[in-house]
Amino acid sequence: MIHARGLTKTFGPTEAVRGIDLDVSAGEIVGFLGPNGAGKTTTLRMLTTLLRPTSGTATVAGADLFADPAGVRRRIGYVAQGGAFAPFSPVGEELVLQARLYGMGRAQARERVTTLLAELDLPGVEERTSVSLSGGQKRRLDIAMGLLHRPELLFLDEPTTGLDPQSRANLWDHVRRLREQEGLTVFLTTHYLEEADALCDRILIIDHGRLVAQRTPDELKSEHGARTLDEVFLAVTGRELREGAAA
Amino acid sequence: MTALAVLTGHYLRVSFGNKFSLVFSALQPFLYLVLFGPLFDRSGVGSWAVLVPGLLVQLGLTSAGMAGFTIVFDQRFGVLERLRVTPVSRVTLLLGRVLRDSVVLLVQATAIIVAAYALGLRAPVAGVLAALLLTTVLSVGMASLSYTAALTMRQELFAPVMSTVVVPLMLLSGALLPMSLAPAWLDVVSRLTPFRYAVEGLRALFAGSYASSALLWGVVVSLAFAVLGVTLGTRRFQRENA
Ligand SMILES: Nc1ncnc2c1ncn2[C@@H]1O[C@H](COP(=O)(O)OP(=O)(O)OP(=O)(O)O)[C@@H](O)[C@H]1O
Ligand SMILES: [Mg+2]
Repeated sequence: MIHARGLTKTFGPTEAVRGIDLDVSAGEIVGFLGPNGAGKTTTLRMLTTLLRPTSGTATVAGADLFADPAGVRRRIGYVAQGGAFAPFSPVGEELVLQARLYGMGRAQARERVTTLLAELDLPGVEERTSVSLSGGQKRRLDIAMGLLHRPELLFLDEPTTGLDPQSRANLWDHVRRLREQEGLTVFLTTHYLEEADALCDRILIIDHGRLVAQRTPDELKSEHGARTLDEVFLAVTGRELREGAAA
Repeated sequence: MTALAVLTGHYLRVSFGNKFSLVFSALQPFLYLVLFGPLFDRSGVGSWAVLVPGLLVQLGLTSAGMAGFTIVFDQRFGVLERLRVTPVSRVTLLLGRVLRDSVVLLVQATAIIVAAYALGLRAPVAGVLAALLLTTVLSVGMASLSYTAALTMRQELFAPVMSTVVVPLMLLSGALLPMSLAPAWLDVVSRLTPFRYAVEGLRALFAGSYASSALLWGVVVSLAFAVLGVTLGTRRFQRENA
């Protein structure tokens, strides 16, 4: 579903991503972990056609990132880290607009929005504006936005940040269900390691723009003699070492 | 095509839902019409039919020229990125906005012209309708360039820079006083801006001189300006991060 080779991105002097190779199969749920500033969002924005890589190649959902960006866009969904709603417009209108830009008719778009909002535990918020909603409600709306057109491949950038435990569990169930019923592939970033442990088939850890580990959660734990993914994370991203040296 | 209709329709609903900004972006030319027009009409320089074409260009600068504001907000709240991740073509993402801006401008321009007739404007209806069309062409270029500027300069600079740039452009166009009164150097500088030709073309239409070279130049320059604006805008929208 994703095949990337040697992806890099530099912003002026900053080498945000320094040569990443990725392979994700259809139906996988892959967690993309790493400290703040490691290059997670930058990688996602490259794979979603929003940012032109400085170098490297990639096929995403069967389409070439450079030769056929529209093909990529048709098949993927993207939930950005920072949200996607204008603050003062009724959220229902924005969702319907987005669905129609993916080619749905007006009636079909309305129906899809209503169903999806109910599934994400937000029934009847169509008339509300995004400023009037709580942080967690807004986050769930962002997720609804990414799912509108039933993508084959979904990119989620910190989807559960700010969600209460119940909503988080609800989202995990939703993602698992979509994978089972529709074969959805998911590529998600998160800072909650127990989330990666519970939800993901495979985990990639990125640090300073490079992949430093890629295994199943259990393999990672046994390889590093760790009980939790937290311990693995600290070990491979060298946080312990740096803090030890500073102390 | 359908995506363009969907997008334009959405933007129009939003714009016409916000009456305040609809009135506000046309307020300056409207104030000139009501508070300056009667003076101008008696000044001996020219009549309403000379002033109103200038005010249409001023409207283009304050209304379509400031359109870039809206995209600054869309960029900040992730709306632009969310639109860019859909399969809709980048030209459509630009044109959806630009068409909305042109329709808004057309409505505002009509209101100003109706008010001008009430104040004493005498001009042939056919010429005035053609002038509305020409103003719309001009606004396509202005709105496109405004978006290009908004996506190119630092976000916080857009508002102060644009509201400053608009002033010399308007003065140099001869919108408020005809450039036939200008000293030679000012006349030359004025000829370097596209709006000079637009103003004179519009004046020709209001005067009913449909076969004049002023009209020909006005049409040619306005069309070229619109093509340039859309070309630059499309390029900017196709680049990353727009
Ligand atoms: N548009 C940009 N211009 C300049 N530098 C950028 C830009 N976007 C990201 N960077 C830099 O690239 C690096 C990687 O940033 P990125 O947003 O990918 O990190 P991240 O892993 O998503 O972090 P977080 O967990 O905080 O979201 C950082 O050093 C960041 O400052
Ligand atoms: Mg990030």
